[in-house]
Amino acid sequence: MIKMGMTMVEKIIAAHTEHETVKPGQIVNARVDMILGNDVTTPVAIREFEKTGVDKVFDKDRIAIVPDHFTPNKDIKSAEQVRMIREFARKHGITYYFEVGRMGIEHCLLPEQGLALPGEIIIGADSHTCTYGALNALGTGVGSTDLAAAMATGHLWFRVPETIKFVYNGKLNKWVSGKDLILYTIGDIGVDGALYKAMEFTGEAIESLSMDGRMTMSNMAIEAGGKCGLIAYDEKTEAYLKNRAVREYTPYYSDPDAEYARVIEYDVSKIEPQVAFPHLPENTRPVSEAGGVKIDQAVIGSCTNGRMEDLRIAAEILDGKKIHPDVRCIIFPGTQEIYMEALKEGLIEVFIAAGAAVSTPTCGPCLGGHMGILASGEKAISTTNRNFVGRMGHPESEVYLASPAVAAASAVKGFITHPEEVV
Amino acid sequence: MKLKGKVFKYGDNVDTDVIIPARYLNTSDPKELARHCMEDIDKNFASEVEPGDIIIGGRNFGSGSSREHAPLAIKASGVSCVIAKSFARIFYRNSINIGLPILISPEAAENIEAGARIEVDLDTGKITELESGRTYQADPFPAYMQELIKAGGLIEKVKREVGQ
Repeated sequence: MIKMGMTMVEKIIAAHTEHETVKPGQIVNARVDMILGNDVTTPVAIREFEKTGVDKVFDKDRIAIVPDHFTPNKDIKSAEQVRMIREFARKHGITYYFEVGRMGIEHCLLPEQGLALPGEIIIGADSHTCTYGALNALGTGVGSTDLAAAMATGHLWFRVPETIKFVYNGKLNKWVSGKDLILYTIGDIGVDGALYKAMEFTGEAIESLSMDGRMTMSNMAIEAGGKCGLIAYDEKTEAYLKNRAVREYTPYYSDPDAEYARVIEYDVSKIEPQVAFPHLPENTRPVSEAGGVKIDQAVIGSCTNGRMEDLRIAAEILDGKKIHPDVRCIIFPGTQEIYMEALKEGLIEVFIAAGAAVSTPTCGPCLGGHMGILASGEKAISTTNRNFVGRMGHPESEVYLASPAVAAASAVKGFITHPEEVV
Repeated sequence: MKLKGKVFKYGDNVDTDVIIPARYLNTSDPKELARHCMEDIDKNFASEVEPGDIIIGGRNFGSGSSREHAPLAIKASGVSCVIAKSFARIFYRNSINIGLPILISPEAAENIEAGARIEVDLDTGKITELESGRTYQADPFPAYMQELIKAGGLIEKVKREVGQ
């Protein structure tokens, strides 16, 4: 029998089962390397876990619990939810429970702590778990019951996905980032363009991106319906993980003769900064066609764009400038380590001098939780990942998604602006 | 098993933020979640829905967040089943795991009108409009999923496995 080539996602899944090869469509029971929950999804998982009759989690070193959504606790109910997960973490001796003050936004935190590694399967009861694809890990979002089952057994069922290969050719224009590439891609294929599928990001432009930029891209695979957004391991991945990785790891590469559901090529030299209009991430336009939409708030941060590169570019634009009098600009470093680094580099001073608010890490406004909720009729430009109806507050408010460069420039001008108009 | 109910119909890309807005996720009590189910796109849903009623959506139903609170809110509101042209993958997993019946039928989702009374046969996947008698056939579930549904959801399956 001739052995067919396999894509990286197929290889990762096969390596976690008793099968030597797997095929798209096949449903397998696979071992998981890391399990992640937050303060919204873990309470439901604990309730389900307790129904299984299992009294110990399968491995206390392979579970991460990060209270990041409604923390620092915004109200009594949130405090009760976090207390429940804190007590569970203590009872089971969970190694990677991150308390306020040490925690970060989960998908900035796990890579930084070396807990998401190449070739691994990482499930998270949070849809943006796909971020870890940038590290060549099959990170994928699941529900709370999935989390409970995996905490009890260390295994979970997966349907092997078909893969769509994206090839980004050419060199990026000034001010064009990973955020713009992924928004452009979602605008092209639509919010269900990769439904049930693995996305594989390749090409010269992906190789040129920093790890931060790659994580931004993989983070939004779910916004196209994707199961994961994988990127090949290279010297940048290796350098990022050096001194971080908590376990040994094995990267996987797609075979040259692997079968893809589709191959889509882009010439990135034709792409300019993108803005996704309400109320879907697929409603993208080049910023030059954004029509100067007037904004009330600018949010810079989140699991999509809360990393050092994002803060550096925002600071480059805001340095010596003032936030427009009619705009509230709120900046969220992704983790305490990022916050500290930004402080050392003088970025926090730039932000505060410009008139921006800087917050401790939290998912806060991204999901309309707290720390920057919009009133009816208000508009925000945001570096987050979703612009659904009511996502950042009132059902009649609006969210426009963009890169940190566009968000910072827009915060200065008071309307959606190309960064070159400001610098 | 046969389900009967009145149809609430919505469009494409009904996301988890409108099924249950995050501002209510400081609790996971299904009854409390049900009170706010769909409120950002249909203020009347929670007050008008009756036990057994059926939601019909378009493409990519349940897109967005992984919050299991979304299918939990729908189930606790009394909805017996959701039919759509397609489902977002995490919502699909979550619904099967918690025992909320979901069916994929682009034809039914296209043609059945809001307010219609329909019958769904979960064993055969047959969907019938009670007034006109028109029928539609939903896609069958893969064998593994059928097993999971028969076992009574993922937790029941785990219980059996660890009990052995």
